[in-house]
Amino acid sequence: MSGIVTRRNVLIGGGGLLLAGCDRIAASPTVRQTLTLGETVSRSAQRLLIGDRQSLAPEFTRAEMSPIFRVNGSSRPASTDYAGHVASGFADWSLVVDGLVATPLALSLAALRSAPSRTQITRHDCVEGWSAIAQWTGVPLGLLLRRAGLSSRAKYIVFHCADDYAGKPYYESIDLVDAFHPQTILAHTMNGAPLSVGHGAPLRLRVERQLGYKQAKYVMQITAVDSLAGIYAGKGGYWEDNHDYQWYAGI
Amino acid sequence: MMTEPAPAPSPDPAVIYRTRLPVRLWHWTNAVTVFVMLMSGMMIFNAHPHLYWGAYGANFDHAWFEIGNHGTSGYVKTAGIEIPTTGVLGYAQGTDEAFPPLVTIPSHYDLSAARRWHFFFAWLLVGAWFAFLVYGLISRHLWNDLALTREEARPSSLWRDIKAHARLHLPRGEEARHYNPLQKLAYIGVLGVLLPLMVLTGLAMSPAMDAAWPWLLTVFDGRQSARSVHFLCAAAVALFIVGHLAMVVLAGPINELRSMITGWYRLPRDVP
Repeated sequence: MSGIVTRRNVLIGGGGLLLAGCDRIAASPTVRQTLTLGETVSRSAQRLLIGDRQSLAPEFTRAEMSPIFRVNGSSRPASTDYAGHVASGFADWSLVVDGLVATPLALSLAALRSAPSRTQITRHDCVEGWSAIAQWTGVPLGLLLRRAGLSSRAKYIVFHCADDYAGKPYYESIDLVDAFHPQTILAHTMNGAPLSVGHGAPLRLRVERQLGYKQAKYVMQITAVDSLAGIYAGKGGYWEDNHDYQWYAGI
Repeated sequence: MMTEPAPAPSPDPAVIYRTRLPVRLWHWTNAVTVFVMLMSGMMIFNAHPHLYWGAYGANFDHAWFEIGNHGTSGYVKTAGIEIPTTGVLGYAQGTDEAFPPLVTIPSHYDLSAARRWHFFFAWLLVGAWFAFLVYGLISRHLWNDLALTREEARPSSLWRDIKAHARLHLPRGEEARHYNPLQKLAYIGVLGVLLPLMVLTGLAMSPAMDAAWPWLLTVFDGRQSARSVHFLCAAAVALFIVGHLAMVVLAGPINELRSMITGWYRLPRDVP
């Protein structure tokens, strides 16, 4: 049979050529740069629409919550340090707030739990397309940044996490518009119970107008910076650096 | 009609200028844009090939539609029925993606790249659509060529057109100077209903847009419902393209293609 050109083979071969062509176009840096323009336009348009920048993500009632909120991404950081914290119930753990701040902070979990908090029932939207609704309680990020005396030079807030993917540490970043948004909190409580290890114990970020990969789990250190360059690959997050995801995840 | 006097002197009275330049440019922009949107959209769908109704929906929730596989046999599941689709959906071309490499952009699993394509071309689609509407209003193209006349909108004449299409009797001679009623309805349906629905359901999936325009969620009854409607509209657009191409082939592909490239169209000869 070999050597016979069947219609099927021609179709598959033609399709293959077309695919190879498309993928070559897609891989070209110029094309990628052009396509990224769309991201810039989307971010600018959305920021324009958000207007006073304080418009809230929709909140839900208890009856509207997901029966099961799936654990996604890392489910347990592999480091021995983290295992020690889990064993001791995070008694010796502390959140570091540093970088472009007047007074760096180190806050225990007990201190964070007794700090003023906000409780919100919000929808978590994964970049893959699924959504889950849960109740989150935590300290408004803006409160911590003000207490630390955020410098006027700061442009981004970077979240360093305890988990990693194949040795590459998870981290994320947001700008100050989102950092000072009233719904942006560091959640220590989920659905009324202390945050479980699967969902990011002891502390995870909630930045409700963006997608799931921005909701960093296992937050250990918060650093205020004026540029994302120089932090790992410089694109502002693990998924941005390693898998080319968009830094702005509002869409 | 055969007895009508010949129109103004012209080398060939059967050749008419049917499609003006802005409409032709818009058509070809759309042709590219819609394919990129559908193909990158299918890659994005591959990231989570389940659809839900309501505000939330994830792996443990009930999906009304899903594409999946058991090992190397693909299936589509809806309303409790599992339809085997190996070789087409769920498992095809040696990969276990919902939509196979042949129809996705990029051809391999790459969610961030597919999103980049989708959101760039979404701006083109909306921009071109808006420009077309403005042009259509100013040039009266929308009223003169797309709107159904009172006569055409009568159920009896629509029914006549449906029967004519079913018998593959396409308009000839003078009748072919204008779009026929079903053709007008198809264009109005895509431009006036499907496209706006696609854009609004697309926006409803954006968490930032939900904060800016919370009414989106009220209108579509939640983000996951909006995602389902987005997918259904995409399927309807794909069906339109199949129908559209079929009509081009039936009506004479060379003549139709030429008219959409140069604007000049040869009226098919009346069958006596």
